[in-house]
Amino acid sequence: MSNDLLEQITASLVDSDPDGTAELTRQAIGAGMEPMTIIDRGLVPGMDIVGEKFRTGEYFLPHLIIAASGMKQSMELLEPELSRRGEKAQTLGTAVIGTVKGDIHEIGKSLVATMIAANGFQVHDLGVDVPTEAFVAKVKETGANLLGLSALLTTTMTAQREIIEALEEAGIRDQVKVMVGGAPVSQEWARTIGADGYAEDAVGAVELCKELVA
Amino acid sequence: MRPKLNILSDQLAEQIIAEGFELLMDPGIRVHNEEARRLLGDAGADVDLESQIARIPETIARRALETAPSEFYLYNFEGEAAVHYGGDSVQFDPGSTAVTVLDSETQEQRVPLTADFVRYVKLVEMIPQLDAQSTAMICFDVPEEIGDLYRLYLALNYTRKPMITGAFRKDTWWTMKEMLVAMAGSGEALAAKPTAVFDVCPSPPLLWSDLTCQNMIDCARHGIPSELVSMPLAGATSPVTLAAAVVQHTAECLSGVTICQLAQEGAPIVWGGSPATFDMRHGTTPMGAVGTWMIDCAYTQVGKALALPTHAYLGMSDAKVVDAQCGLESAGGTIMAALAGVNMVTGAGMMDFESCVSYEKLVIDAEIIGSAKRLVAGIEARDQPIALTLMRELGHRADYLAQPHTLKWFSKEFYLPSAVIDRGSLDAWKKQGAKTAFERARDRVNQLVAAYRPSPISDDLRVELREITTRAARKFGMDELPQLPED
Ligand code: B12
Repeated sequence: MSNDLLEQITASLVDSDPDGTAELTRQAIGAGMEPMTIIDRGLVPGMDIVGEKFRTGEYFLPHLIIAASGMKQSMELLEPELSRRGEKAQTLGTAVIGTVKGDIHEIGKSLVATMIAANGFQVHDLGVDVPTEAFVAKVKETGANLLGLSALLTTTMTAQREIIEALEEAGIRDQVKVMVGGAPVSQEWARTIGADGYAEDAVGAVELCKELVA
Repeated sequence: MRPKLNILSDQLAEQIIAEGFELLMDPGIRVHNEEARRLLGDAGADVDLESQIARIPETIARRALETAPSEFYLYNFEGEAAVHYGGDSVQFDPGSTAVTVLDSETQEQRVPLTADFVRYVKLVEMIPQLDAQSTAMICFDVPEEIGDLYRLYLALNYTRKPMITGAFRKDTWWTMKEMLVAMAGSGEALAAKPTAVFDVCPSPPLLWSDLTCQNMIDCARHGIPSELVSMPLAGATSPVTLAAAVVQHTAECLSGVTICQLAQEGAPIVWGGSPATFDMRHGTTPMGAVGTWMIDCAYTQVGKALALPTHAYLGMSDAKVVDAQCGLESAGGTIMAALAGVNMVTGAGMMDFESCVSYEKLVIDAEIIGSAKRLVAGIEARDQPIALTLMRELGHRADYLAQPHTLKWFSKEFYLPSAVIDRGSLDAWKKQGAKTAFERARDRVNQLVAAYRPSPISDDLRVELREITTRAARKFGMDELPQLPED
């Protein structure tokens, strides 16, 4: 019976049924299943299958994004259970991400945020047109070890440099790896401003995150 | 008869327009610009100050549609009406605001510098198929903050053709206007004979950002035309169905026309856009996708139904080099745009979505544009009777090459491409070096740029433009502008 439920949770992610994932998670909690078991044997295998199907070309972005939202809903139900047990979901790291001030391009940043979250990172998405101070404050507050800065305009990419300088001034530059991205941004630009990494798309961003925390 | 593509049934077009009006009320339009909120509120829209959402009644938008001109002209810098925005006129300008240029030698993308853009402007001047210039790339040898106005400054030094441009900030718009006024002689002269259009982009879905909204209002108040560039990205920032993406486009543009007309009744404004179907594998915004073209053609039909001039970003490719994909995508979009009767088609020379421009692609696209313009000129009888007189005279002789009738008509009936298009024999092609289209295009680029003749603006005006631009540059730490390249 319990194995059945776990398999169904996995299947609900693969079948793009996020409400199903949430409902099944509720049932599993009700049945007294350990939250870590639900995560490790229900959710994670589901996300792995979805990720693999995306890589082979069978699945597309909507499958990925919808599975990620199922995973998120489920985790929201599981977190109180975990903390009651004094446990913590294993995360690969904590990332703060946002589009820099003066820039309202949202899509790429959100895609990156979703993809990193779906791959085991805890993500704080600050949105768009985010002031430099807000990035610094959020990194301090969350103790994040990753910071993702998106900029789509040649006029706003300079803010990425500003933010790195502000991290230095705040004395927390060493605590956090800074990743930059967006259409006009390049590997070379990342080097010039002293960022720790650059990725050209969301799949690359996931790999980059994993590399940076390894 | 002009061949014409109407991609929507009348009934579907009507429903799209009706739903567009309904979106203006519910969920309404987010307006992040204070002045626009005030204009809308004064006109009777219900504006929520907290959420900044304006609910705009259909009557207000309808009234704006009545005062917005259904046509206007752009003038070249010699004072002649050069571009007709309205009716089914079809005209072309290069894709705008690229962040890289495809290097002619290495065929790799690199950062554009002053000399690159100047070369591009000269090339555009020399291509007869292109009706206007655009501020096609960002130069990285000046501070980012003046990237928008600097490209206008460069273009004005070399162009006779009208400009399609845009500002990235509120303050830079004023510097750009100052340059255009200097060129025209006075603000009144500029308003009477506008030489430039400013692109203004609502943000999908249903949002006017402060910056772009202010640009639109400032344009309206100074008699400078603005061009709406609404860009639903189907499946990402708008519903995925093509018809629904057009509904969103309709609402965004209706709100734009309304704000513009409230700022200044009768101000010229263009129903335009740069939508795309979102690529569900790569998360990109393909301009070469057939769905993208269909959305463009559909909203163009809507714009015409509302009696407004039209614009679209079409004729681009997502390819990274000038290859077969590049040609087929550019041709598809260009032909569709021409058939749809888009007044200003922006995109020639542009590739890698909207990131890169290529000199070689530009001259290849010019051939596509030439063909498309020929296509929409349609087939005419030319003679009465069409063929009987001549064919009875010649009987069964295949002697048409020798006929004055042939000499009279062939160059009007056929589109005659440049040497970029290879129509020679295999042997002739081999003898000329067995060149690929890219290599032939590179030859033509060099020829055209070499044949460029300087624009006739006075030295005083050149100095004035440089002073205006230098003043702006000083604010951002650049005391001396880069030298203009020697001819
Ligand atoms: C959609 C769009 C808009 C929409 C944005 C809607 C929204 N809600 O996000 C709107 C209409 C609002 C808009 C406005 C403007 N835009 Co715009 N826009 C685009 C467009 C067409 C697509 C961007 C996009 O969403 N792509 C899809 C996503 C998935 O890709 P992406 O953003 O590149 O993100 C991927 C990677 O870059 C990377 N990535 C992104 N962020 C990060 C962060 C990290 C940490 C990492 C590791 C990776 C990473 O991963 C992402 C996922 O794969 C681009 C053209 C282009 N080819 O990029 C122009 C473009 C970026 N815009 C441009 C311009 C000029 C503007 C305006 C100034 C126009 C105007 N005058 O009004 C305004 C600026 C407003 C502002 N202050 O920000 C120019 C920029 C040119 C330049 N030199 O800077 C471009 C290049 C188009 C052009 N050629 O003219 N735009």
